[in-house]
Amino acid sequence: MAGPFADPFDPKTALWGCSCGRHASQAEHDRALACEPVAAAPEPNATDVEALSARIVETAVTKAVFGTEARRRAFLSLVGKATAASALATVFPLDAAKEAFAQAPRAVEKRNLKIGFIPITCATPIIMAHPMGFYAKHGLNVEVIRTAGWAVIRDRAINREYDAAHMLSPMPLAITLGAGSNPIPWTMPAVENINGQAITLANKHRDRRDPKGWRGFRFAVPFDFSIHNYLLRYYVAEAGLDPDRDIQIRAVPPPEMVANLRADNIDGFLGPDPFNQRAVFDGVGFIHLLTRELWDGHPCCAFAVSRAFINDTPNTYHALLRAIIEATAYASNPANRREVAAAISAQNYLNQPVTVVEQVLTGTFADGLGRVQRVPNRIDFDPFPWHSMAIWILTQMKRWGQIRGDVNYAQIAEQVFLATDTAKAMRELGLRPPEQTTRTHVIMGRTFDPADPEGYLASFAIRRT
Amino acid sequence: MRAARPLASLTLSALLLALFIGIWQLSSLTSGAGDAVVDPEYAALVGAAAASGGQTPFPSPLQVGARILEHLTDPFYVRGTNDQGIGVQLAYSLGRVLTGYGIAALVAIPLGFVIGMSPLLYGALNPFIQVLRPISPLAWMPLALYTIKDSAVSSIFVIFICSIWPMLINTAFGVASVRREWLNVARTLECSTWRTAFRVILPAAAPTIMTGTRISIGIAWLVIVAAEMLVGGTGIGYFVWNQWNNLSLADILTAILVIGLVGMVLDQLLAMATRAVSYQE
Repeated sequence: MAGPFADPFDPKTALWGCSCGRHASQAEHDRALACEPVAAAPEPNATDVEALSARIVETAVTKAVFGTEARRRAFLSLVGKATAASALATVFPLDAAKEAFAQAPRAVEKRNLKIGFIPITCATPIIMAHPMGFYAKHGLNVEVIRTAGWAVIRDRAINREYDAAHMLSPMPLAITLGAGSNPIPWTMPAVENINGQAITLANKHRDRRDPKGWRGFRFAVPFDFSIHNYLLRYYVAEAGLDPDRDIQIRAVPPPEMVANLRADNIDGFLGPDPFNQRAVFDGVGFIHLLTRELWDGHPCCAFAVSRAFINDTPNTYHALLRAIIEATAYASNPANRREVAAAISAQNYLNQPVTVVEQVLTGTFADGLGRVQRVPNRIDFDPFPWHSMAIWILTQMKRWGQIRGDVNYAQIAEQVFLATDTAKAMRELGLRPPEQTTRTHVIMGRTFDPADPEGYLASFAIRRT
Repeated sequence: MRAARPLASLTLSALLLALFIGIWQLSSLTSGAGDAVVDPEYAALVGAAAASGGQTPFPSPLQVGARILEHLTDPFYVRGTNDQGIGVQLAYSLGRVLTGYGIAALVAIPLGFVIGMSPLLYGALNPFIQVLRPISPLAWMPLALYTIKDSAVSSIFVIFICSIWPMLINTAFGVASVRREWLNVARTLECSTWRTAFRVILPAAAPTIMTGTRISIGIAWLVIVAAEMLVGGTGIGYFVWNQWNNLSLADILTAILVIGLVGMVLDQLLAMATRAVSYQE
């Protein structure tokens, strides 16, 4: 038997086209030798797709190992089929390759997907995967839909109008716990960006850079359940201000922050880019600090799906996750940032001037105070959802009274932040995920130990518990 | 009122418009840039006004005019889910308004008819109508999203709920205030209830009903912009929200103009329909 599904461990088959290896096919070989007609090879049993895909892998590997037909035949005749197969398996992880091959392009249950996003640079991997073809590469036809605000994106995701969504990393935790909505099991298989946020103040506050003097300020954050809210609260609390009593914090959708700052409706915001940079671009505000100065490597936005989506369409979920992680890895390379900025600035995605997005992604930016700063890791992209990040977020939710009572930190973190899936997908793509799922984090000089969340919580003077 | 001379009033309108645009153009010449000097590298990274210490100014009429022309020459392009021409967005909004409004008319006019003919029902339902009527339709939006679980249907529902009340109340009022004598004449002639309803009450109440539908379409068109700004996705309201993100006032002004024009056309269509059914006593 010849052709793509021939048994590569049978010395009588021809892997290189014909039995002598010099012709493109057996038929051509036969014609050349003018022998008696041979019976046509039987069609492979098409129903047994799995066995066939395994066979394809075996064939490819055998071809690669032996190089020529003559050598393969000689070896197989000498040691026999079974020995040859097992010998090959010792030098090459044949089973793993078969498994990887079988998983890859097959049986995506749902090809046409809708993903909602908020037009901010945090969503870069989710957005750029569309124009730059990462979704298509993994066999998916994804429509990315710009959405008006976090509450809308949450409701549309819960209503299953979206298959997956760009969310703030605390949102899947809040949805799972039922804080601010009905409890629905939600998951976060990948972080989108780390860092990349900033505190922007109105120009009139140029001389009031010390947060101790911010009593009475009105601030905007994107959402109650956002890392922005927790970082701003943390920052002012470290300066001795009570974020609930001494300043005002409002939830304002990111795109509306600059308009509000310009209208003198707020004194500043801790918000996502490109709106910090946009405030500078329009001469409305200046960048007081980048959030990487508070917690270098903090998670911000996330790629989130419901538990039901994973259970109903596991192959689609894995293909989607791989596309997202691949896009994230591409975005994290500083050499690609300009290209990415050009791809996502268009009206179909962020709808912002390219120079604004480019300043955010490259980290060479005007700070609104007349200086050009160079901070290459102003924003970075790292998909790994550390459980310790989830635990920190949970401590802050409890600190500010968003959740009450006993919290099983580790268990919730593990349920929502799907580090195992992320690590698996990262390995499949040739990336190197970390071995651990928790580590200590340093936030404004204070070390957070994920093993003792309650102790950490008790160490704060200003808290609602 | 004396009959207005159309040519004179038209000229005055044109003069007022020219004056407004002239003042706008003059004021936009002076505002904007400050006088600070910064290094060229910094200046390249920020907007023209911010580079000299100012804020991006309000666009001039010329900039807005250029933008309007740009939108009107290519209104129906579709370059992706989130990038569609202003004509396409208008079509989405009109589709939503007409659907919600149509359903409201189908419910409100028959129901209003029944309420108007029965003083008992009128009295019983009146308190509910009076409480529900003044609720801002947008207040229904979170509730609609939560229960209907579909944002497209939710916006249609919001249009439905805001346009039903004027039609319902006007229909009931129009039906209830048909002149007694006409009903008595119909009874004397032994007309059936159906015949009385369709041949006497309906024509008599038609101008009032049509006024209700005219008020409703006005409200529906007001509300759709706000609803689409809230929910997003498609439509002229979403267009405004999207350009607000980009702080692109020229685009917003284009949308405002278009919203006004379409609203006027809708209103005039129903005004014509009202004139067609009105009568002299």
